[in-house]
Amino acid sequence: MSNAGSAPIKIAGLTGRSLVVVLLVLATTAALPLVLSNYQLELATEMLIFGVLAMSIDILSGFAGRTSLGHGAIFGVSGYVVVYASAQAGFSPAAAILLGVIAATAVAIIFALLAVRTSGVYFLLLTLALGMIVWGICLRWTQVTGGENGLRGDVRPAFLAGHRAFYWAVLAATTVVSYAMWRFVRSPFGLTLLGIRDSESRMKSLGYNVPLHLFIGFAVSGFFAGISGALYALFNNFVSPSTVALEQSVEGVLMMIAGGVGTLFGGFVGAAAIIALENVVSAYTERWQTVLGLTFIVIMIFAPDGIIGALRAILPRGGLARERYKD
Amino acid sequence: MSAFQLLNGLTYAALLFVVASGFTLIFGLLRIVNLAHGALYLVGGYIGFSIASGTGSFVLGGLGAMAAVAAIGFVLDQGLLRFVGNNELRQVLLTLGFAFVLDDMALVIWGGDSFTVPIPHMLKGGMHVFGVYYPTYRLFVLATGIVVFAGLWLLLNHTRLGALIRAGVDDAEMVEASGVNIRRVFLVTFLLGSALAGLGGLMGGAFLSLYPSADAEILVFSLAIVIIGGRGSLVGVGVGSLLVGLLNTLGQVMFPELAYFVIFGPMALLLAFRPLGLFGRATPA
Repeated sequence: MSNAGSAPIKIAGLTGRSLVVVLLVLATTAALPLVLSNYQLELATEMLIFGVLAMSIDILSGFAGRTSLGHGAIFGVSGYVVVYASAQAGFSPAAAILLGVIAATAVAIIFALLAVRTSGVYFLLLTLALGMIVWGICLRWTQVTGGENGLRGDVRPAFLAGHRAFYWAVLAATTVVSYAMWRFVRSPFGLTLLGIRDSESRMKSLGYNVPLHLFIGFAVSGFFAGISGALYALFNNFVSPSTVALEQSVEGVLMMIAGGVGTLFGGFVGAAAIIALENVVSAYTERWQTVLGLTFIVIMIFAPDGIIGALRAILPRGGLARERYKD
Repeated sequence: MSAFQLLNGLTYAALLFVVASGFTLIFGLLRIVNLAHGALYLVGGYIGFSIASGTGSFVLGGLGAMAAVAAIGFVLDQGLLRFVGNNELRQVLLTLGFAFVLDDMALVIWGGDSFTVPIPHMLKGGMHVFGVYYPTYRLFVLATGIVVFAGLWLLLNHTRLGALIRAGVDDAEMVEASGVNIRRVFLVTFLLGSALAGLGGLMGGAFLSLYPSADAEILVFSLAIVIIGGRGSLVGVGVGSLLVGLLNTLGQVMFPELAYFVIFGPMALLLAFRPLGLFGRATPA
């Protein structure tokens, strides 16, 4: 696999040192089922799934400068379709997942068509409102969505029924998806998105079709959010309007920010931090919502660059990511 | 639509106007999308309910709700928002976090039951208008909406403060450069906008009732109104409130399952083609 000559060794786009780090992280996470209890393993599975959601939001936020408050809806649509297709319409799990991801991508395409012309706070508001439409439909279209009661169904195929098997399956899927997202943001297309984030007018005058790039970026981001939603449906076997609600989008954004905007893999750090916090707090008090709100406030005031950003400020040679979010 | 439904739509629009006008004042001048506005509405309603049922005075309830919510707005603006600078994303998410805390605290204090603010005796019952027998209180809400519109119109167009607010919406830096303490104008606007949310809470609490998630719908409708009407435009809020109020009533009557779509579908389309809303104007960057 190694190249002859002076060029650094590259495997799958990774150079020596980062390859070692990636393999170490993968080996550690793959070994977790050997030491964790079933309950902790469920939490770890959830962290992986929401890490993917946070990363999909980061594709738009960190690399295109557009933060979506509607990704929870895209995520949730995939979940609804997966549960409906397998439990009500009798599709196989694989077909249900495929349909879920297609549906999520379709929703993202509709969102994107409407949203790519806006920027800044209007983008936030529009994606928020579009997410509310999805929520309203899930709540009121009772015959299909089950209304407030949601949809329940055993989606997971038999060989993934165990905690460990399912964790490994999610880990494998997460690894592939994360790698795909990483390649996407480092591709020439991803660099164009970065250019749009930094200066839309400059990219426009250089001849780039800015709305088209944003449109494709949004659709790709929605595709990944859909994968995350399908995994969630397998994990939870249940979807309800709260799966598509604003809170879902907002938690995804908070995880993304806690991990660090524009760091991509920070999504896992943020998801792990928020889910761990939720479980610790819930053991002591019923006031999780207050704690979540205070977490928001504290992060916005003290650590807007997220946990990775704060660490990087302390350890200036951290090599986690090059791209930094700018105002 | 029958006259009765039309009146329902109009009175709901009047309530939405009171709440959304506060929202757009803050958004227009301070450029802050205050996602805690719905929570301010709800908390204002609860406080108004407690005062009105404790003292038996609807007017005291209204004044108390406005004062209390303005005080909460003061904490939000001076205690928290000043630390995040002009970063829109940070402002939006901070106000959202504040809303989570407020909602949860309201749940602790008032519990999960739904309350209805007691209506004063003279507003009980109904009267004949346009050939239908209609609740007096809802007509009072309609009248209040019109009075608030007139009051805000006078304030914005015929007072010095209003002139400063209008100038600040167009170009806050220029106003500051001409020797005005724009921060004080910002603060007054924030308090006024919050107080309007509190007033809306009391008014809405008397005919829509107050319950833990009542803030979400009001917030989302306020967002829709501001998006439709355009940032910082009083006429825009008026038109937006009428559209949203009437479309909502129409949607609930004709397509109950798609009621949200009836409002947000047209709004999303409008925003796609007129990103600044019907009456919004581009501002110098």
